[in-house]
Amino acid sequence: MPAPIIEVDRVSKSFGPLRVLEELSFTVAPGEKLALIGPSGSGKTTILRILMTLETINSGHIKVDGEYLFHMPKNGGLAPADERHLHRMRAKIGMVFQLFNLFPHKSVLDNVTLAPILTKGVAKADAERQAMELLDMVGLADKAKAMPAQLSGGQKQRVAIARALALQPKIMLFDEVTSALDPELVEEVLNVMRRLAEETDMTMLLVTHEMGFAHDFADRVLFFDRGSIVEEGPPDEIFTNPKEERTQAFLKKIIAAGQRV
Amino acid sequence: MERWSGYFQLILDGALVTIELTLLGSLLALVMAFVAGLGRLSRNAAVRALATAYIEFFRGTSIFVQLFWAYFVLPLFGVSLTPLQAGVLALGLNVGAYGAEVVRGAVQSIGKEQQEACVALNLTRWQCLRHVIVPQAFVIMLPTFGNNAIELLKGTAVVSLISLADLTFQAQVVRAQTGNTMVPFITILLLYFAIASVISLSVRGLERRLTRGLDGVRS
Repeated sequence: MPAPIIEVDRVSKSFGPLRVLEELSFTVAPGEKLALIGPSGSGKTTILRILMTLETINSGHIKVDGEYLFHMPKNGGLAPADERHLHRMRAKIGMVFQLFNLFPHKSVLDNVTLAPILTKGVAKADAERQAMELLDMVGLADKAKAMPAQLSGGQKQRVAIARALALQPKIMLFDEVTSALDPELVEEVLNVMRRLAEETDMTMLLVTHEMGFAHDFADRVLFFDRGSIVEEGPPDEIFTNPKEERTQAFLKKIIAAGQRV
Repeated sequence: MERWSGYFQLILDGALVTIELTLLGSLLALVMAFVAGLGRLSRNAAVRALATAYIEFFRGTSIFVQLFWAYFVLPLFGVSLTPLQAGVLALGLNVGAYGAEVVRGAVQSIGKEQQEACVALNLTRWQCLRHVIVPQAFVIMLPTFGNNAIELLKGTAVVSLISLADLTFQAQVVRAQTGNTMVPFITILLLYFAIASVISLSVRGLERRLTRGLDGVRS
């Protein structure tokens, strides 16, 4: 077994008096596709946001690609990470948001090329060539000149995926990327993600309420409840034969709501 | 009529001074608005305090007093300014203090999710501000900046008090020499209004240009 690309070790996180993560620990192998499921408020989105450094942690530590995320070595010990360290660590990770977060004042093409040009010093022409390949992959090459406001939700989300991929991260985080979409637009986004999973060896972490998709997509499923992992295992096991009562209760509700698991 | 044409020339000269003051003052105000407005959002407490002190001081004291300071008191500290320099300085700093709050408000009105996208794309804080936040916030600032520029234009009249020959000053000259109040003051009333209209229209034009393609993304 190769060294894990992500190690979360006894991480706790509170928002004021609200404890969101409770001594959370798990590891992710390089190339692994992981689905994080569980009721809302269970902490699954929070851990994704922490990995993207959008939130800090209160205790514990996290290693990404062999290096501490929020700490850096200093004088033989560890010090809190400075901007420079975070900047270097963020380069390994990309994230796609529930609400796309495209830049509304930039064209689709500029949305995708902005970060490579600014953060990696890629020449404009090269960045555009690469962006066109990515847009082609997500099926939106013909929308390169469009503004985000002219796109449907599903198209926006596919642009957001292309934008995150343009930085060639080792790890991609998907935070409920289909939750804000009209039902008929969900599939086009999921298809892109399926292709990504098949064609790349990127490590992918996915927070989702689409149990059917999690089932097909993931190598392993983590079931979250109240800030920690209650149960984990291969999707066939979690979805068809869950051992923990809380997992069973959660899935029962999902099935009662009419979803395929 | 022969007599009046010379006086109109005087007033037109005054108009040029007023326009010059308005342009230079607005330029300084714009710079100060961004420096202090972004300064108030700095993570550095000293920078924030400095920006706040500037804004509160210049909003909280009269432009008239500020102008007299710039022209009559600064020389006592060894800084002598021409009337034009003193006028631009006082007007720019004064209106810039109001503009700073506009910049701060507009920047803060851009959703947090835009900043989170910046972090996820590994942009530095400065790159995010420069390429993502400010271009969107600027469109929101524009209408109020237009107002501020018109306020500044009207404020230029106070420089006549430090003997700068602007519109108002020249109108006084004409009034003193002809004994006629109505003609010079109606003339400058119209000229002020004309200059204000040009400012209004250009700001609106700029706004239209910058919002093209955004199609109701922003209200």
